[in-house]
Amino acid sequence: MSNPQQLRYSKEHEWLSAAEDGVATVGITEFAANALGDVVYAQLPEAGATVTAGESCGELESTKSVSDLYSPVSGEVTEFNQDVVDDPSLVNSEPFTGGWLFKVRVTEEPADLLSADEYAEFSGN
Amino acid sequence: MSSTEPHHASPQPRRTALDALHRSLGATMTDFAGWDMPLRYGSERDEHLAVRTRAGLFDLSHMGEITVTGPAAAAALNYALVGNIASVGVGRARYTMICRTDGGILDDLIVYRLGETEYMVVANASNAQVVLDALTERAAGFDAEVRDDRDNYALIAVQGPESPGILKSLTDADLDGLKYYAGLPGTVAGVSALIARTGYTGEDGFELFVAPGDAEKLWQALTDAGADAGLVPCGLSCRDTLRLEAGMPLYGHELTTELTPFDAGLGRVVKFEKEGDFVGREALLAAAGRAEQNPPRVLVGLVAEGRRVPRAGYPVVAGGEVIGEVTSGAPSPTLGKPIAMAYVDAAHAAPGSAGVGVDIRGSHEPYEVVALPFYKRQK
Repeated sequence: MSNPQQLRYSKEHEWLSAAEDGVATVGITEFAANALGDVVYAQLPEAGATVTAGESCGELESTKSVSDLYSPVSGEVTEFNQDVVDDPSLVNSEPFTGGWLFKVRVTEEPADLLSADEYAEFSGN
Repeated sequence: MSSTEPHHASPQPRRTALDALHRSLGATMTDFAGWDMPLRYGSERDEHLAVRTRAGLFDLSHMGEITVTGPAAAAALNYALVGNIASVGVGRARYTMICRTDGGILDDLIVYRLGETEYMVVANASNAQVVLDALTERAAGFDAEVRDDRDNYALIAVQGPESPGILKSLTDADLDGLKYYAGLPGTVAGVSALIARTGYTGEDGFELFVAPGDAEKLWQALTDAGADAGLVPCGLSCRDTLRLEAGMPLYGHELTTELTPFDAGLGRVVKFEKEGDFVGREALLAAAGRAEQNPPRVLVGLVAEGRRVPRAGYPVVAGGEVIGEVTSGAPSPTLGKPIAMAYVDAAHAAPGSAGVGVDIRGSHEPYEVVALPFYKRQK
């Protein structure tokens, strides 16, 4: 399992891309996707919704459990990934690419986001 | 991300004879009833569909085997269990239950009659000690011996439409003559086994009880023999969705000490007409009467109209009132929709009952009431 170097990571196992024009992309890591098992339902924040770093903004259901989705940053959601809503298995098959969850115009970013290497150490892989 | 499911971490979970093999296959392991068991090897959905369409291989060594022998073995089991165990023919098996004096279900069991005076009782892992203790106590007045055989068996199941062909290539045993719920001793891949045509998936299949030291050899032989047919190793996650689709109860979910077999819609396992008294008889007679005149909640199937998954413990609602509770729920790989089993008030239990929903974390999602099972294989 390798965590892309250009992303940053939260301790809740979300990843955050570098912002382009102030907008960053959010998803969950491959480690988290593997831990969940087959994702069967994704409830994602709507465009225009305000999200707060470290707070629940949606949920992901797998065969065995339902898990809260946390936003790694604060800001306003500009778009969610309709492809994942239609086919939640994308979260498992392409967690860092096609399985992205939402885009957010970042207003505030916590200081404790992890680098790829730090996240690898944190998640033990 | 944080799972809302509790993790039941136990300091020293037991490991089966196949533990190293599961790890080499990259299994995700889980603590289940004090055992470290494979939850899944890859995608649980793919494993589920493999069992429905081809074949799957399971390690079920956590199940609890208890042997009852002696001239009065049949009489002892007739007294200890609710079924008519004396009437089971040699080489046949029976689904039955063990109840408390008050009729509450202690466990559901499969009893195999291995000989005129020898039976093997297979209990759920979570209840094996309770069942062993109850059988020992209840058999005390009989000329019968109750033996704890949990450590003497590994259990490997091969399930799915391709399983007869796969097993045939490894044994001379007469599998065509082996009916559903029958078992015979034989040799599979050079290993001595009790070959039983039983399972918990809703598919044709076999359960092979072998010495733990032979388990790895048998697993490898089945893996090799099944490769061309598309057999895959399967974890407990898909075993749960397979049994749920097949409408089979799971102890701790559909069956508990708070319920009698009649409450669970399984009154047919209680045989009042058998010879002699049995533990729970009086209470179960009363429960049977109640179920007939004034049925309590009824076990039904629910199929989602949406995509949110009901989980055990979620309230079932109608007209703003709570009318029941979900006992098991999961996304159904076969139906492509979430399904659940639930106990609901009799007034809402008829298939097609209008306005029934499940309260999924505060939002009422519409559900269709259906008859169980959700899935029945074509024979």
